[in-house]
Amino acid sequence: MPTSFTWEVAVLEALTYPFFQRALVAGVLVSLLAGLLAPFVVQRRLSFLGDGLAHAAFAGVALGLFLRGEPLWFALPFTFLVAMAITFVKERTELSEDTAIGVFFALSVALGAVFLSKAKGYVGDAMGYLFGSLLAVGPSDLVAIGLLLLLALSLLPLWGPLAYATFDRELALADRVPVVRHDYLLSGFIAVSLVLAVKVVGIILVAAFLVIPGAAARLLSRTFSGLTLLSLGLSLLSTLLGLMASFLLDWPSGASVVLVQALFFGLALAKTAFSGGK
Amino acid sequence: MWALEVQDLAVRFGEFQALEGVSLRVPEGAFVAIVGPNGAGKSTLLKAVLGLVPFRGEVRVFGRPLGEADPMWFGYVPQIKTFDRTFPALAVELVATGLMRRWPFRLSREAREKALAALERVGALALADRPLGRLSGGQLQRVYLARALIRRPRLLLLDEPATGVDRVGEVDLYRYLEAYQEEAGATVLMITHDWEAAHHASHVLVMNRKVVGFGPPERALTEECLRQAFGHLGHAHELYVGGSRA
Repeated sequence: MPTSFTWEVAVLEALTYPFFQRALVAGVLVSLLAGLLAPFVVQRRLSFLGDGLAHAAFAGVALGLFLRGEPLWFALPFTFLVAMAITFVKERTELSEDTAIGVFFALSVALGAVFLSKAKGYVGDAMGYLFGSLLAVGPSDLVAIGLLLLLALSLLPLWGPLAYATFDRELALADRVPVVRHDYLLSGFIAVSLVLAVKVVGIILVAAFLVIPGAAARLLSRTFSGLTLLSLGLSLLSTLLGLMASFLLDWPSGASVVLVQALFFGLALAKTAFSGGK
Repeated sequence: MWALEVQDLAVRFGEFQALEGVSLRVPEGAFVAIVGPNGAGKSTLLKAVLGLVPFRGEVRVFGRPLGEADPMWFGYVPQIKTFDRTFPALAVELVATGLMRRWPFRLSREAREKALAALERVGALALADRPLGRLSGGQLQRVYLARALIRRPRLLLLDEPATGVDRVGEVDLYRYLEAYQEEAGATVLMITHDWEAAHHASHVLVMNRKVVGFGPPERALTEECLRQAFGHLGHAHELYVGGSRA
């Protein structure tokens, strides 16, 4: 049997499984949101915020496992509150954002370790959350992700003001753009997106979802709108290819998606390096 | 009418008192050169007028309290050192933000034409589709000036616009400003370390955290004012009052 035929059959077979369909839909929705947010994360140098919030999600998941509830419903408010706290410290004190993230990052990991140690019987579940699993996405997760995406539509009209403040916060403030309110909104969206992506990608790699597509697109873009469109496209494509690879090769889903994203980044880097520009 | 009325303005950053008891009234159509040593609060004054820093006291613009002033009245040219060169953008897009007050996803034909006209006005039409990150300091200053002028502001606020600009570019810059001021009757407040620019202004504001002198150049650029502002006279008298340029 030719190899291509085998792959084709395997792909078609994958699409017939409800768990894979759910993972695919969840992955597509989350990748659209992450692709939209990634340009802001990259240009505002918020990559570390993604890492910090992923660890806050870890603490939330651990709390959920400890209390034997649905971990994501604990991770969601916990991560959101940590995002607000980091933004608050940045806006209201003279501490830099990376310092604020460093504090809450450590606090979250410490809390997560304590919660997890008290939930010994559920460590197996925790592994699924750490690395992502195709089997993990349930129908209720799809509803939550769908609702978030609807909410994210409200972010679309804010693209212009957010991009303006990303370029130059002072110019945007001088033009009475509510920059501080938008900062909180962006942090909140990043937090919620990270938590919802956790089941597909896993806590350890979820921050990459918000960085690599944006970074790859940045290497190839001359304008911020071009960067946003390319980031959306790369995010979507790498999620589709990554999930398919995860099914076919029996790899952890998060790792597969991130490896495809890294491949795109490598290609973009090679193009930039060898063509001497964008 | 007064373009700008500042009454007992004070700005504090933590323990540092950046401005204290600043009061002045700028007549409409004036060209004010703001001079003073580093750390004198010159940029802070402009930022207070733009509402960028919290302050005590009162600021009125064209008779209105600052909170009621239309943002389109202000044309602001910041120091370009604050600019993030990694942001992917074309010069024409930055100029269009002066009209749109947000970053353009896609420029309409009308917005693009207006942005091109503004760039042409400052002799920078050829830069329209160049990435901002690859422009020189002088080229960026022209683009920022085009961004400020596109909205036809009543009050132009410029923070050291000649920094990084060669002598020819500097002369061009003042020519563009004078042409716009003549045409639109706008009021200009410009921070400068250039004595020649100070002499060409209708008013000079000498400051060092407070107003040391304000009025026509011959009244404000006195030896006494400069000594008060700079702490010691040093070369200030040579630079601002007479003598040759260092």
